[in-house]
Parts: sequence; C-alpha cells; structure tokens
Amino acid sequence: MSEQHWLVRESTIRKLWIGLVVVLTLLVGAQFFIKVKPNVGLDGSFGFGAWFGFISCVVMVVVAKVIGYVVKRSEFYYSEDDNV
Amino acid sequence: MFEMLPPALYLILGALLIALTKGNLRTLVLLSAPLATLYAIWQVPDGVVSTAPFLDYTIEIVEGSPVRRLFATIFALTTFVGGLYAFRHAKGYELSAAMAYAAGAVGVCFAGDLITLFLFWEFMAIFSTLVIWSGGTAGARSAGVRYAVMHLLGGVILKVGIEGVVVHTGSIDIQAFQANNFDTWMMLIGILINAAAPPVSAWLSDAYPEASPTGSVFLSAYTTKTAVLALILLFPGESILIWIGSWMIMYGIIWALLENNVRRILAFSIVNQVGFMVVAVGIGTPLALNGAAAHAFAHIVYKGLLFMSAGVVIMHTGQHRCSDLGGLFRTMPITAFCGIVGALAISSFPLTSGFTTKTMISVAAADQNLTVVWYVLAAASAGVFLHAGIKFPWYVFFQKDSGLRPKDAPWNMSLAMFIFVGICIGLGVYPEPLYNMLPYPIEYHPYKPGKVLFYLQLLMFSGLAFFLLLPMMKRTLTISLDTDWFWRVMFKKIWQVLSGAVVSVTVEIVGYIDLGKQSVGRFLARYFAFENNGAMARAWPIGVTGLWIAVLLSAYIFNYYI
Repeated sequence: MSEQHWLVRESTIRKLWIGLVVVLTLLVGAQFFIKVKPNVGLDGSFGFGAWFGFISCVVMVVVAKVIGYVVKRSEFYYSEDDNV
Repeated sequence: MFEMLPPALYLILGALLIALTKGNLRTLVLLSAPLATLYAIWQVPDGVVSTAPFLDYTIEIVEGSPVRRLFATIFALTTFVGGLYAFRHAKGYELSAAMAYAAGAVGVCFAGDLITLFLFWEFMAIFSTLVIWSGGTAGARSAGVRYAVMHLLGGVILKVGIEGVVVHTGSIDIQAFQANNFDTWMMLIGILINAAAPPVSAWLSDAYPEASPTGSVFLSAYTTKTAVLALILLFPGESILIWIGSWMIMYGIIWALLENNVRRILAFSIVNQVGFMVVAVGIGTPLALNGAAAHAFAHIVYKGLLFMSAGVVIMHTGQHRCSDLGGLFRTMPITAFCGIVGALAISSFPLTSGFTTKTMISVAAADQNLTVVWYVLAAASAGVFLHAGIKFPWYVFFQKDSGLRPKDAPWNMSLAMFIFVGICIGLGVYPEPLYNMLPYPIEYHPYKPGKVLFYLQLLMFSGLAFFLLLPMMKRTLTISLDTDWFWRVMFKKIWQVLSGAVVSVTVEIVGYIDLGKQSVGRFLARYFAFENNGAMARAWPIGVTGLWIAVLLSAYIFNYYI
C-alpha cells in the first residue's frame, strides 16, 4: 500500500469527500449573506443553483442511459460495412 | 482596387512555402506566416478595403469590421499556437493543408460579399478534408470522404441560396437576412451544415476524431466558428436559431455522456458549445451577439487546449478510449494540468474565459424574457461540467490506474498548451481586452457576487451529481448511433436492394427476349452491384473522379459552343 500515490489512497479520498461536502455546504450557506438576483422567477428560490444543477445532471444522466439502450452498438458496428 | 493585401494571402503563401520547404525553414514559415497574418488583420480598417472584378460583379475581397477582426484574430492565433504544438510531429502536408484551411477561414472573415464568402467557404472544405486524410488511417480515409461529401453538399446548398438572392435582389452584399423565402432558407441551411446543426451534426463527431492528434487541434477551430460568424453577419436575430441551438446544446451533452472515445467526447462538446453561440445569434440583441462572438473566441482557445491535451495522451499511449486510460496524472502532470484548465474554462468556472463570455448569453436571454431558453442554458451549463468539465479529465487522468506510464508532453506541445492556459485564465481574470474587440460597445460586469455564487453552486453540485452517479456512467466498448446511420447504412442498403432488383429483373427480361443475358446482365452486375464491388458502387481514387469530371465538363463546354 505504501507504493500508492498519495492522491489515490483511501484516506485522501475520504478527505476529498469531506472537503467537497464542506464546500457544498458553505456555497449554499453563503446565500444567507449574498443575494442572488432572480432573472426569470424560479431562480429566486433558495439554493436554486445547487438543486437545479444537481437535478439537471441527474435527469441528463438518466436520459442518456435510456437513449443509450436504443443507440449503443458494438465499436465494430460500422467497420465491416465502411468501404467508402 | 487592392489598397492592401488580403490577410488570408499570407496564410496561402505560407501554406505553399510549407509544402516546398523542410526542417527549420519550414518551422520558420509555419510560425511566422500566422504572425504576419495577425499583423495584417489589425491593419484592416472598417469598411471595404479591397475590391476586384469577377464576372459582371465587383467583389469585395476585404471588408473590415470589429467582429470580422475578432474572428480573424483568433483564427490566426490558433494557427500560430497549433503550428507550435504540431511542428515536430505532424507531416509536412498536414501542416500545409492546415494553414490553407486557416487561410479559408480568415478569408471568410473578411469577405465583403456573398461570392467571396462562398469561394473561401469551399476553400475551407477542400483543405479541411486534406487535414482529416492526413490522419493516414483507413478510418481517416473513409471519414474524410463522408466529411467531404457533406461539406460539398452544404456548399452546393449555400450556392443555390446565394444565387437565388443575387438573381432576385441584384445584390451580392453581405447583409442581415431573415429566413423567409427559398433563397434565404437555402443560405441558412448551407451555413448550418457547417455549424454541425441537426440533423447532420454527426459529420463532426465522425470526422474530427479520425484526424491525427495534431490535425484535430486545427479542425476544432475553424469550420464551425466561421459558420457562427456567417450567422452573425447574415442571420442575426433569426428566431429559429434559438431552437436549433438549444437542440445542439442538449444533443452534444447526451451523446458525449454516452461516448467512450476521448476525442469524440470533445467533438460532441463542440456541437454543444456551438449550440450556445447559435442560440445567441438567434436572440440577436447587441449583448447576445457580443456573447456569441466572445464565446466563439474563448471556445476556440479552450477547445484547442482540450484537443491538445487529448492529443498528447493519444500520441504517447496509442489509446483513445476512456476505458483503456486512467491514472495518467502520475507521469503527465503538465498535460493533466492543461487539460483541467481547459475543462474548467469550457465549464465556465469563475476566473476562466468561459465564465466571462458564456454568461453574456444567459443574461441576454433573461433580458429578452426568454424564460425557457434561460433554463435550458442553465441546465446546459451544469451539463457541460458533467460531460466535458469532469468527464474528460476524470477518465483520462484519474479514474483508475490503467498501468500506463507515458512521458509528459514535449517542450513545444507544453509551450503551446501553456499559451492557451494563459489566455483561458487571463481572459477570465481580465476580460477587458476581449470586450474591447466585441462588435458592440458594452457595459458588462461578469463578477457580481450573486452571479458568481449561483454558478459555483450550479457547477459544484453538478460535480457532486457526477461522482454519485459514476456507477451509472460505467464506460462500455460501444459507439452510439447517430443520424449518420442513415447515409452509412440505410441508404446503402436501399441502393443494394434496388440495384440488385434492377439487375435481376433486367437479366430476366434479357433472358426472355433472348438477346444474350450474359452481355447486358453482366454489364449491370459489373457496374452497379455492391456484392460484386461494381464500378458504380465502389470507391474510386480522386484522380479518376477528377478525370471524369474534367471529361464531362469538356463535353459540356463543347456542347455549349456548337
């Protein structure tokens, strides 16, 4: 284990996760002090950037997964056919 | 008359000299021609500078304006930095083709009329195809043919539009049009094909990843962005562009999420980023058009940087799949660092050029009360971080230990990447030089505390989503079907069935009337059937095609005169 690069050690990864959670909490908490000016309505809600960003990503990943079931093919799908 | 030489001419001369020289002299030409061009670009004043007679028209070879100089500047700069990146590794003919391709792009920038625009447009199509072919593989060859067919088709459609406009209005001027009749629709479609708009976005992700690692750096810069400039000049405020651009944004994200090939991920993200610019042109207000131009400038730099980073990885590992890469940060810290900066810039992280440019487009949408568009852009900003901002560096440089221990980038590639890193961060911290080059004078302050907080929340929570959803994004050894399936599979199958049917029916008929089914039947089978590799159904060398075109044209001219 001592040969592992410090960045990939379990302990480092745990610290990175803790760091990420702290940063995320601070970013949402900061909205008590910094006013985010609403542009279009819903973006005036508390922590809009946080929840909208998170949900958008989940939706996009799920949509990609579903589309993937239809459009994914073997890497060699075209290689036998292409003769141009 | 020629009051000054067209800036594109320096690059054309450069391309010729590169083809004729070798070694240090070639490198000197490669690096000095773009700098001379850059100087020439900044000597072009506003208004028409150089004209020339062409057929019955007076064409305007050089017309200056702020937005034209802005695009030409970034094209010339990319040619210089790309040359620095490529000169020790790329083949001479690739460098020569790349410079001629850049000349086409700079030529389009200063084209004062539709005829000049079209001529340089086609110039780009030809030499970009040569850059793809310089990849040298069978994949590059066939992708290059498909690319050329698509772009020549786009060129023909653009030409139909231009001729219609010229015939019906009598003017060859470049001016703002609306897509409200056949002619203008044809022009718009011709330009949108180059912008990789639906339904033909697939040409981009098909062709760019097949070029050499150095070639795709050049390819990422010119074609789609000259299309954006053409849209800014010809179709500002054309509202259908808002929806076409929105589609491109979402398509780019979804297909990039599905992709395993590193450069193809970046190719899909070009479509996504150009989508932002197309939306901005569709909004059409001064702020939106400024946003489109500024974003194009910033995008060319960070996308070039990402392709450079990916290029070093592919060159040193021979691998291009996410599933085969990983853990390269250990031995490639410079390449990883530069790739991460490019990834942060494309994600519009504060303090990068993406933040100071792309946010203009969202503000322009909000100013026009385009609520749905604003939400699409916000969701897409999160999605960009997801599909390119984290996905690219994560799978290439971290993820797992692939066991690969490649060397880091050589000095020239590192230097080229650091120049672009400097621009990405420089314009993020101090965007005023870019703002001063924009087409409309603006008062735009990107760093309002509320806005910075909003984007940080958006991006960091996208990051959280990425790592929580990693199990759902496990890389598979797959490609994703796209609309190119229609021309690579379906049309071919239809042709096979039809030609087979024609052959068998003809053979039957010929057999009936007993005229010797061997001769005609064999003729058809020989020339039209796929299964026999028939003459009309197989690939021909360009020389033969060129010869036949020359024969047909000669016959046509002969016929015309008698």
